[in-house]
Amino acid sequence: MKSIEELKAIREKARAQMNIREENEDGNIRVVVGMATCGIAAGARPVLNAFVDEIAKRGLHHVFVAQTGCIGLCQFEPIVEVMVPGREKVTYCKMTPEKAVRVVTDHIVNGQPVAEYTIGEATK
Amino acid sequence: MRELSLNILDIAQNSVSAGASRIEIEVQEDTAAKTLRIRIADNGCGMSEETVRRVQDPFYTTRTTRKVGMGIPLFKMAAEMTGGSFSIDSEVGKGTTVTALFRTDSIDFTPLGDAESSVCALVTMNENINIVYIRRLDENIFIFSSDEIKQVLEGVPLNEPSVVQWLGEYLAEHAKALFVGNAPENQGGQSEA
Repeated sequence: MKSIEELKAIREKARAQMNIREENEDGNIRVVVGMATCGIAAGARPVLNAFVDEIAKRGLHHVFVAQTGCIGLCQFEPIVEVMVPGREKVTYCKMTPEKAVRVVTDHIVNGQPVAEYTIGEATK
Repeated sequence: MRELSLNILDIAQNSVSAGASRIEIEVQEDTAAKTLRIRIADNGCGMSEETVRRVQDPFYTTRTTRKVGMGIPLFKMAAEMTGGSFSIDSEVGKGTTVTALFRTDSIDFTPLGDAESSVCALVTMNENINIVYIRRLDENIFIFSSDEIKQVLEGVPLNEPSVVQWLGEYLAEHAKALFVGNAPENQGGQSEA
């Protein structure tokens, strides 16, 4: 069973990495998941968890996951926005945990947005 | 909503919007009485009597960009269709408590689902709010408070990926332990009052 002692060890490890993070604050990537009633009902929670898991697995300390409300495109939920500094924001729609993993590998790690999951593609 | 745990996540977002600094989520299962009670209490801005009445109408929302607000009506419906009950107690400046009682033997009962996953999402996304989670199964109890975790973390953020993973597993394991009848020591929680 997970213990508080274990958390203390995680804290020490995280601290060391936080110093690195603070130095390149401008290079931080933001992943924003829509978590209003519409997003949650459409399955935003497992999508959020998939992003957090994949980012943790890969040790991507410059990537932050946040949540937002309803942006009025409920039929496209779960919606995820990926903001890479210096690049145009990419909006993904009808996300699933599987798609989330691919967005992390292709877009966040390799810098290639997954065009087929974007809202532009869905509204064609 | 496919799981009541998603309603919990949704309703708790209202508490976040209400500017709460403390949100208490209690999930209480009584196997003998065949009931499940979910209570979400906050110390946010609260609502007037008139507003409390209106939020139960799906065609009311505080938002100005659209005309529908489904969160509260969906949760209320989920409770009432099992033969249970639903109530909102609120006072302006004091906070709001939403309570839903479900009859678990009703054919219309929506499963609770993964409540800990909702709590984990709330905790990690709201660093500045103390999220208290109380899970009861008959006499067994698990109490969690995010403020106590923050004390251990000494400034390391709750949304640090390795912390999120630990938290998810910590919550899931302790809640699961209630069901096998060996409730663990509440290392991260308060002792029962």
